Amino acid sequence: MNLEILLFSVFALVSAVSAVMTITRKTPVISAIFLILNFFSLAGLYLLLNAQFIAVVQVIVYAGAIMVLFLFVIMLLNSAAESKIFSDNRVIQYFAVFIAVFVFAQLAYLIFFQHPGEVINPQLAESIKAGTIENIGRQLYTEYLIPFEIAGFLLLAATIGAMVIAKKKFE
Amino acid sequence: MMLNSSELMQIIPFLVLGTGIVISLLIEMYSSKSDAILPWLTIALLIYVAVHSINEVGSNDLLFGGMLAVGGKSSIFNFLFAVGGALVSLGAIDYIKKYGANFGEFYVLVQSSILGMMFMSGARDILVVFLGLELMSICFYVLVGINRKKINANEASMKYFLLGAFATGFIVYGVALVFGTAQTMRIGEILVNFSSLSGNILFMTGFILLIVGFAFKIAAFPFHMWVPDVYTGSSTAVTGLMSTGGKAAAFSVLLVLLGAVFTQEIENTFMPLFAGLAVLSMLYGSIVAIAQNNLKRMLAYSSISHAGYMLIGLAAGNLESVTGIMFYLVIYVFMNIGAFGIIAIIEGPNDDRVDLNSYAGLHQKNPVLALFMALFMLALAGLPPLAGFFGKYYVFIAAIESDLTWLAIVGVFSSVISVYFYLRVIVYMYFKESEVDFNVNISPTGLMTVVICGLLLIVYGLFPGSLLGLIASVVN
Repeated sequence: MNLEILLFSVFALVSAVSAVMTITRKTPVISAIFLILNFFSLAGLYLLLNAQFIAVVQVIVYAGAIMVLFLFVIMLLNSAAESKIFSDNRVIQYFAVFIAVFVFAQLAYLIFFQHPGEVINPQLAESIKAGTIENIGRQLYTEYLIPFEIAGFLLLAATIGAMVIAKKKFE
Repeated sequence: MMLNSSELMQIIPFLVLGTGIVISLLIEMYSSKSDAILPWLTIALLIYVAVHSINEVGSNDLLFGGMLAVGGKSSIFNFLFAVGGALVSLGAIDYIKKYGANFGEFYVLVQSSILGMMFMSGARDILVVFLGLELMSICFYVLVGINRKKINANEASMKYFLLGAFATGFIVYGVALVFGTAQTMRIGEILVNFSSLSGNILFMTGFILLIVGFAFKIAAFPFHMWVPDVYTGSSTAVTGLMSTGGKAAAFSVLLVLLGAVFTQEIENTFMPLFAGLAVLSMLYGSIVAIAQNNLKRMLAYSSISHAGYMLIGLAAGNLESVTGIMFYLVIYVFMNIGAFGIIAIIEGPNDDRVDLNSYAGLHQKNPVLALFMALFMLALAGLPPLAGFFGKYYVFIAAIESDLTWLAIVGVFSSVISVYFYLRVIVYMYFKESEVDFNVNISPTGLMTVVICGLLLIVYGLFPGSLLGLIASVVN
């Protein structure tokens, strides 16, 4: 058994288990922590697919920024009332089950009947190269230089704006 | 693609303004005299950008692999944005002190929004259009709510942000559909294949969603809901910038997106859409403005109807209409910045003295201000010999040439309605006794803005030929 398959099994197992744990825990904070574990193991799966950039962004944006947002919301909201939503309202429960089955059926159909692997194969070599950080960096600094620089100014303006609106001291 | 230095030389206005933004931020941080330096630095930078842009009108180049155009139409637009920004900054120096938002960041954000507009007018790639639009809009959201102690400004900022985000949603969805069907972001390539793509319903949906998104930004009728509250709630200097620069930037993108329509390479399939938007905007804006007592709110509705007049040009879809729209936009920028400049001078510290009654008897209090206000109102109404007349005239002529005489007639009819509420301001200033007792504190810089705008309107009204010739030479 080579290393790749071993790592894939580990990451896949961790992500599946942590996903189940996320939705079954009673305490929201523990759910959130399992979600972080899920994000990290997904990042590992992306790395195995040679999508380094997406793996890094997954950790920085999802496991970093978005999780902080989640935790803030959990702390600010009264989570005790949350658990009553399901017990009070049966319809939501049925609806949730329906959505879950629907999405699962969609994915299963794609994987087992549409054979997505065959579509990707012809340009496998190029598609592997596309996801590397070097390649994305080169594209950003040559072909997409202008949009990249505008995005920089956009973030600068948004940062200044947030500071002015939230923190500016009045005389 | 390799970057070469000649391309960098051609985007010097962008580089200068971008560097200026960063330097202004540092001055605001470290200098105790930033109050005195920043406004003048901003004005100097923008004047440099304006002069540089107008000098390179003759050139016509696509840079960075076809993403950004310099020279030609975008030069004229960049000139317009820079001059508008400089006039607004000049008028804002004393006004924002009175308004309680004398922050250095104000000028930094004004510069950033102008940079965003310049990228919009130069963009030949939808990605650049979108990023420029967001840069401009985010600066506006913040500028509207820059004084967080004012409830009205907070409300306006929130409304503008939510509806602006809604419009952005339309644009992004449109971009996704257009990119998915055309498989390119380059506007030029999309337009070359337009006739084969136009049969594709997904492509047309995407294109119309793009137009709808920009109709929000130009404040055309069914997408105008944010305009009155946002224009009234935000500080008057910012309203002046938003109502002129923002509208001109959105129109500059529409002129590029529909470029092949104007040269008759593709059929104007959007004519009914634009004609409908134009008729509704003109009539709605003119009729509702009659009922307004607050001058800022009145000008907000008048801005909706002016968007309608310019949309007539898009419906006409020939080269004369491009010239007409661009001429109209130049004149509109000066009319509106001037009118808002006077409102900024009269306005009290607590958002008061913006209603019509405050203008009663202004003639006795300050004849100069009253004279210029009368001038701007007549120009907005489109009476000859002021420049506002020619703005409308060329757009109507373009419509008649495209056999849309009925649209021109509706435009004239709407102008006649609008004369009523513009003249009412003059009647209040000259023929009514003063009701509200206050002293007009003339700010010298504010007056300078007003005088420059007023003189330009008279000059362009008496001699429209030079500006018109310049625009026409660029369009053809």
